[in-house]
Amino acid sequence: MRQTLRVGLFGAGCVFALGCQRETRRFRESPPAATSETAVTMSELQPGPKARDLPVLNPYERNAYGVSEGERLFSAYNCTGCHSHGGGGIGPALMDDQWIYGSDPENIFATIVEGRPNGMPAFRGKIPNNQVWQLVAYVRSLSGLLPKDIAPARDDHMVAGPEPQRTEPLLPKHAFTPPAAEHP
Amino acid sequence: MRDWLQSALQPAGPEAARVHALWVFMLWISIIVFVLVLGALAWGTFRRRAPGNVTIGEGSPGERGMKRAVSAAVGATVLVLFAFLVFDFSTGRALTARRTPAVQIEVTGHQWWWEVNYYNAVPNRRVTTANEIHIPVGRPVLIRLNSQDVIHSFWAPDLNGKRDLIPGKESSLWIQADSPGVYHGQCAEFCGYQHAKMAFIVVADRPDDFARWYAAQADTASTPTDSLALRGQEVFLSSPCVMCHSIHGTPAGATLGPDLTHLASRRYIAAGSLPNTRGNLAGWVLDAQGIKPGAKMPPNSLTPADLQALLAYLGTLK
Repeated sequence: MRQTLRVGLFGAGCVFALGCQRETRRFRESPPAATSETAVTMSELQPGPKARDLPVLNPYERNAYGVSEGERLFSAYNCTGCHSHGGGGIGPALMDDQWIYGSDPENIFATIVEGRPNGMPAFRGKIPNNQVWQLVAYVRSLSGLLPKDIAPARDDHMVAGPEPQRTEPLLPKHAFTPPAAEHP
Repeated sequence: MRDWLQSALQPAGPEAARVHALWVFMLWISIIVFVLVLGALAWGTFRRRAPGNVTIGEGSPGERGMKRAVSAAVGATVLVLFAFLVFDFSTGRALTARRTPAVQIEVTGHQWWWEVNYYNAVPNRRVTTANEIHIPVGRPVLIRLNSQDVIHSFWAPDLNGKRDLIPGKESSLWIQADSPGVYHGQCAEFCGYQHAKMAFIVVADRPDDFARWYAAQADTASTPTDSLALRGQEVFLSSPCVMCHSIHGTPAGATLGPDLTHLASRRYIAAGSLPNTRGNLAGWVLDAQGIKPGAKMPPNSLTPADLQALLAYLGTLK
């Protein structure tokens, strides 16, 4: 009886492992269109009953390969020039719980694509959508907002803190607003 | 002019000829040893023994004969292996002997393409290209090998043996071509998804052809004159292309992907994957992942008019 149970558990484990999307590499993915990319909503009024915006699902949030590609692009596109490897410098730190323009995937997408005052360039048209989503997933992983099993067990760089998989998630503080006309 | 797929058995330069000579020597010795061993085996199997008791033991006549035979075989084996060793050492020394290089080229391996930089004392006459190496015929060329990411291996079998590209450790290799031609090469160390599509060509030109090619490559790209190609240049500069590629003479100066300053002068695109034709280039720009899944080139969405303009512009980059 125990033997059957063990074999059954092993089989179920194999099936679940096959179903795991962590290491899937989707090279020809059509990325989700972000609502923020097309237009900025200037009115509170809507036709029909008032509905909240449909949250965008980032396909790379549950995919370790997507996050690692995001990390590669983060250096390749020189995000590190201002944000360093998450610690900030010329630009704000990305590994803390302070999010000036929101921590949701669509907020970060909009920040990258539209740019932000005081120095963040607009990458609209310069980075393909799927790569922006990979960057979004990586940026969120910096403060531990992604599921732990997606983070790598070992960092590519020398870091003083714990390895990415053991980073404690920092819950975003949405209430923060920067003082006007001051560098964030 | 010869242009066929790579073969180590048709050496086209002195280095490859030495490697080939070593290979032929080893082949013939191995054939002779193989035939002798099989002959001895057959003789032992089929010879008739005199009927009666066979005595084996210390001092018996059979034992003495066997001892002599085994000693002779061991001696012969040591001699043959020693001959291999001497030939191998002398070949290795000849391949790495320092000469005065006519051209010095730095080849950097990337996943999955080859970056090619020509040294020049005048910095702005240095040439950067990709996946296509031009060398003057009959002159020794020093290739210095580096890697940007993982271990690759540079192998143009018609010209020399393999040499690994190790990240962070420069290695070097001499090549020389005896006659003009296009010699194909290939990455010979598994380096990821598209290892098989990481090829390159070595084009051996007559010295004056080489000088002309070099002068053209060292120039910046000229600004197109017709309106379609001008529009194409604007498309290039305002699209994701500009994030990774550089075209000298324009603001595009990124070094993540291959340098496109003289793209139209190259025979192949995507590291030897496809001939450089307008249609292949269009397919590569729009959906590189369909041709070479995992390559760093992302899919690009361009309107048909913009794509035509871009292709017209890329066609002017002679």
